[in-house]
Amino acid sequence: MRLKKNIATSESGFIFHPGTGDSFSANPIGADILLQLKEGVAPSDIKKTILDKYDVTANMVEKDWDDFSAQLREANLLEL
Amino acid sequence: MDQDIEPIVIAVTGLNAIDSPGPGVAVIRALRDGLPKNIRIIGLAYETLEPGIYLHDVVDKTYQIPYPSAGSDALLARLKYIHQQEKINVIIPNFDAELHNFIKVSPALKALGIQTFLPTQQQLDARDKINLFQFTAMHGLMAPMDKIIYSADELYGCAEIMGYPLVVKGKFYDAIIANTFEQAQKAFFKLTAKWGFPIIVQQFIAGTEINIAVLGDGKGNATSIIPMRKLYITDKGKAWAGITLEDESLINIATTFVKATKWKGGCELEIMRTADGRAFFMEINPRFPAWIYLTAGAGQNQPAALVKMAMGEAIQPYTDYAVGKMFIRYAWDHITDVTEFQQISGLGEL
Repeated sequence: MRLKKNIATSESGFIFHPGTGDSFSANPIGADILLQLKEGVAPSDIKKTILDKYDVTANMVEKDWDDFSAQLREANLLEL
Repeated sequence: MDQDIEPIVIAVTGLNAIDSPGPGVAVIRALRDGLPKNIRIIGLAYETLEPGIYLHDVVDKTYQIPYPSAGSDALLARLKYIHQQEKINVIIPNFDAELHNFIKVSPALKALGIQTFLPTQQQLDARDKINLFQFTAMHGLMAPMDKIIYSADELYGCAEIMGYPLVVKGKFYDAIIANTFEQAQKAFFKLTAKWGFPIIVQQFIAGTEINIAVLGDGKGNATSIIPMRKLYITDKGKAWAGITLEDESLINIATTFVKATKWKGGCELEIMRTADGRAFFMEINPRFPAWIYLTAGAGQNQPAALVKMAMGEAIQPYTDYAVGKMFIRYAWDHITDVTEFQQISGLGEL
């Protein structure tokens, strides 16, 4: 999963797509994931960090990850 | 020092900064941002309640001019009078309906020392909404299928070809989306009553509305291109907020348009981009749009560049602009006195 190069994100979770003018808001965990994706951190490493940081099962992380990816894809924010 | 230099006197129309605004006030704001401080702005107004007339920090002096229907001779006579008072350097007309007359009188204006930077009558006619489909097809661009009609009965044939919804458009302004024959018929009569014949019936295209402000140098080069997506649209279809976009395909479309037409002056390309990324030309407006001040905000001050080009300065095409630059329009109650209204109404000057 790779964010499009021109997508702008902020620490507050604001996401801006300069090609469409669309903007979105992510919650703090979503914002953290986006910043790491922008920095080129591998999804597996991001998931591992979440597992270490939060009281959550691996299954739940996978499920939420898939859900979040689907939202990003729907919003046209991911590289095809 | 700016004060020591003879002021550049620029006359501007379209001072109707109302809910369906003319571009004049936005053009002037851009001029005041991008040109020396001692420019003098002359407003040219048709109606006595055009807000720009009363905004004295925007417009230095306003003169009423005759309606376009009075013809080009009446316009020229009035402009000659105003020129005697003001020594105008450049005129920027901002209404579709007045352009024909301004283009017609532009050689006479030039002889008086007044510069314009306008498309030719041929360019103006070619992009007319009546010719849009043919025009875009000729240049490898896309526009919705359309049909020019003179009778409401012809709507049946349009619906058979295009299906519903379809868009019923007036000759100059206004567009109504019709989902049934009855709605289309009602729109036909409403628009013919307002704008006359013909009526343009256009295939409905679903997508995202994008507008592009363009300044062409008249030699096939686009001096400036700024694409903007409407973020908030009024019930009259006007952008009340918008944001600049980064999209090479939009820049390419505008470049193709300018190259094909050798467009001279400002214009606005109204584009509908479908979910699968196709860009349809909905209209080509032959003047700056009301949101033109955003081009100054984004780093390509189109009105200021137009004035410089009109006065013979060579302007290198802009390449960069700020993406994500937004405008949010606002309404503001300006307080004035009846004496001002009386003066513009009685004397035609303020």
